[in-house]
Amino acid sequence: MSAAAPSKAGLFDCRDSFAATIEALAESDSRIVTVVSDSVGSSKLGGFKKKFPERMVNVGIAEQTLVAVGAGLANGGKVPFVSAASCFITGRALEQVKADIAYSNVNVKLIGQSSGVAYGELGPTHHSIEDLAWLRLFNNLKLIVPADPWQTAEAIKAAAAYDGPVFVRVSRMAVPALDRPAGATFEIGKAETLVEGSDATIIANGTMVHRAVAAAKTLAAEGISARVVNMATVNPLDEAVIAAAAETGAIITVEEHSVRGGLGGAVAEVVISTNPVPMRILGFPGFVPTGSAAWLFDNFGLNETGIADAVRQTIARKR
Amino acid sequence: MPSPAAPLKNNIASDIAAQALWIRRRSFQMVYEAQQGHPGGDFSATDILATLYFGVMRYDPKNPTDPKRDRFVMSKGHCTGAFYSVLARAGYFPEADLTTYMEPLSKLNGHPNRNYLPGVETNTGPLGHGLPVALGIAIAGQIDNADFRTFVLTGDGELQEGSNWEAALTGGHRKLENLTLIIDRNRLQQGARTEETASLDPLDDKWRAFGWHVEVVDGHDHAQLLKVLSASPKGRGKPLCVIANTFKGKGVSFMHDNVAWHHGVPTKEQYEQAMRELV
Ligand SMILES: Cc1ncc(C[n+]2csc(CCOP(=O)(O)OP(=O)(O)O)c2C)c(N)n1
Ligand SMILES: [Mg+2]
Repeated sequence: MSAAAPSKAGLFDCRDSFAATIEALAESDSRIVTVVSDSVGSSKLGGFKKKFPERMVNVGIAEQTLVAVGAGLANGGKVPFVSAASCFITGRALEQVKADIAYSNVNVKLIGQSSGVAYGELGPTHHSIEDLAWLRLFNNLKLIVPADPWQTAEAIKAAAAYDGPVFVRVSRMAVPALDRPAGATFEIGKAETLVEGSDATIIANGTMVHRAVAAAKTLAAEGISARVVNMATVNPLDEAVIAAAAETGAIITVEEHSVRGGLGGAVAEVVISTNPVPMRILGFPGFVPTGSAAWLFDNFGLNETGIADAVRQTIARKR
Repeated sequence: MPSPAAPLKNNIASDIAAQALWIRRRSFQMVYEAQQGHPGGDFSATDILATLYFGVMRYDPKNPTDPKRDRFVMSKGHCTGAFYSVLARAGYFPEADLTTYMEPLSKLNGHPNRNYLPGVETNTGPLGHGLPVALGIAIAGQIDNADFRTFVLTGDGELQEGSNWEAALTGGHRKLENLTLIIDRNRLQQGARTEETASLDPLDDKWRAFGWHVEVVDGHDHAQLLKVLSASPKGRGKPLCVIANTFKGKGVSFMHDNVAWHHGVPTKEQYEQAMRELV
């Protein structure tokens, strides 16, 4: 595991894990290069640039070229990690992601930094709460939304080891390291159950996972047994885990994303075609007003209280 | 400002200088209080904005959607400190609203939103959007044979976005003399100098090659800006590109030409020092 120093009170910025891991991987794999668009600092790649100056390509503020150059570098035998703010590497370069990366099925790793509403007050142009919906349409593009520093490091290693297109959605929001059983592993497409439970299942990813765990604790104190699943891979989904979740009779999804077409939509597609149970999708309704990330989470119920409320309400709808 | 037909009474550089000083001070206060923003680019753009709003453009803040108004598109939408300050100063909304910059539910979002504020023509923030939208506005004016002019301000790093060059082709092709692009040529982008990232020089030749008329000015000299921006575009037969040579952080010694102030925010001591210098 690539250690990243905790920032404050045991909280981590997962970009540090990304940076430490890619630097370590690059030491042993000379094919690895990074591609940025005036996004060295915002990707925390200053250290990489120092160590491997000739293995960083900065195309300037030009995200369409950024992604396409990644495809070209892969053609030339490199393993490019293409990194920029998630809102721009997806939205601005969507057709390049579709045609040059996914449809061409090339070995490029796209890293969407500061995803979700991390840019808070900078507003919806800089929020990336549509990215999962957009990218989920490209069936062969692996989509990973790590929840903490360890999983971010593991996701980057798994992306490097996999021969094909991968998108890793990295957060800059402070998150704690999750408690896991010793020997826990990460595999693309495999979800992890962090809390066992039988009355309902909360399926979360990214920055919402630790909030879901906290909500489950609150609920346990009232005698409600809520399972918590960290669905770090959104494509492909872990359908076995979703089938098991449906057996609890109620599913609540939570994501730092729009309620339209993200993790919730993906889970709902599976649930509706297999074992329909009451579901609730928590996320942002669409463009959000001005506010800090913390304010936005609280205002839209993306916190411990909001998640616990949604679980109670969804259990009440059980048939 | 007077309605479009009335003569300009305050198009003198000394008045513009006073407005620019006010904008610098007010925008830096906003950034200090919000502890967020892009003060370096606010300061490089301030003299351009002050010249446009207090010496060149015809608009009526009480009738912000007047079809005859001159249009301004703030393509470098991250510089809302300066942009909101100039809009408030021009009378689009109360200056007191500036204190809400970036607060929850504020109309003064980190990037401008036309649905929140009068005087904002289009929502910006992602770079490389302003010129293509301004191109569309200018084409509408061309179709209608209308009198209004369209101005758009971009950064220089922003010109690395290919969308600008697509719009440049059509602007030149359509000989849009009612369209004026101003480039805030501060030679710095977010992380480094433009010429060390994806170089732009010779920038004037590039625009000429795309069919634009080019003027290169000192972007902090109000008289020079006033001269090129207020000259009648009639008969020029080309869109105008003004390359305004500026400095990021202009006006404050420790911010001058310093990339750290792209989105740096001041401490109390730095804020006070800046206010002592901005007089
Ligand atoms: C499409 C897009 N990519 C990246 C960014 C992030 N960003 C904001 S400002 C900036 C640098 C802009 O440099 P420049 O255009 O020179 O502006 P100025 O120096 O006037 O601040 C960057 C990369 C963005 N806002 N939009
Ligand atoms: Mg610049």
